[in-house]
Amino acid sequence: MFAFANPKRFMDASSAVLPWLVAATVLALGAGVVLGFLAPPDYQQGDTVKIMFLHVPAAWTAMMAYGLLAATSLVSLVWRHPLSDVAAKAAAPLGAVFTLLGLITGSLWGRPMWGAYWVWDARLTSFLLLLFIYLGYIALWNAIEDETRAARAAAILALLGAVNLPVIEFSVDWWNTLHQGESIFRAGGPRISGVFLWPLALSGVGYTLLFFTLWTIRIRTEILERRARSLLLGGAE
Amino acid sequence: MSQVLAMGGYAAFVWPAYGVSVLLLGGTVVVTMRAYRNARARLAALEKP
Repeated sequence: MFAFANPKRFMDASSAVLPWLVAATVLALGAGVVLGFLAPPDYQQGDTVKIMFLHVPAAWTAMMAYGLLAATSLVSLVWRHPLSDVAAKAAAPLGAVFTLLGLITGSLWGRPMWGAYWVWDARLTSFLLLLFIYLGYIALWNAIEDETRAARAAAILALLGAVNLPVIEFSVDWWNTLHQGESIFRAGGPRISGVFLWPLALSGVGYTLLFFTLWTIRIRTEILERRARSLLLGGAE
Repeated sequence: MSQVLAMGGYAAFVWPAYGVSVLLLGGTVVVTMRAYRNARARLAALEKP
C-alpha cells in the first residue's frame, strides 16, 4: 500500500484521478444544492429546513477531515512517511473552513428554531473546540521552522485532539443537549422523510467529494513547493 | 418570485446561510487553485535550465 504513497507516484495517480474527482464533485454538489433548494418546507421548521442541507454536510465533512488528519498523523508518527505529513498538513485548513461553516450555518438555524444563535450545550461546545484544535494545529505547523520537527509535534497534537471526535459524535447521547440527537445514521434507519433525505445524502456526498478534490490539489501544491525548495537549496550549494 | 425570496418568513436566516456557504467554499476553491498555479509556475521556472 505504501508503494503508492511516495510523492512521485502520488503526483502521477492524482493527475489521472483529479478530472474525474472534479466532475463527480460538480455533479453531486450541484444536484444536492438544487434538490435541497427545491425541497418543500418542513411542517414544523418551514423553509429553515433548507439550512439543513448546508449545515449537516459541512459538519460531517469537518469531522471526516479531522479523522483523516488524525489517521495520516498516526501514519506519519509510526512509519515516518513523508507523504503522510504533507497529507495531514494539507487537510487542516480545509477542515477548519468546514468547521467554521458548520458553526455559522448552525447558528443561523438555531436562532429561528431554538430562539438563540448560540447555546453552550455539549454538541455546540465540542464542535467549537474542534475549530480551536484545527487552528492550534495550523499555528503549531507555522511556529516550528524545521519541517520534520514541526510535522512530529503537529502529529502528536492531532492525535491528542482526536479524543474530541467521539465526544462530538456522542455528545447528544451523553448529555442533555438542545442540539437534536442522531437522526440519520441510527439503528432502525433514518428518521427523516425521503424528500429531505435524498437532497441531504447528495449534498453530503458533494461536500465530501469537494473536500477530497481540494485536499488532493493542496497535497499536490505542497509537493511542488517542497520540490521547488529543494531545487533552490541544491542550486545554492 | 417574492415568495421564494421571503422563504416563508425566514429569509433573514436562510439566505445568509446560502451566502456564507458560497462565500467560504468558493473562497477556499479560489485560494486553493491560486496556490496550486503559483507552485506550478515557480517550479517550472526553476526547472528551466
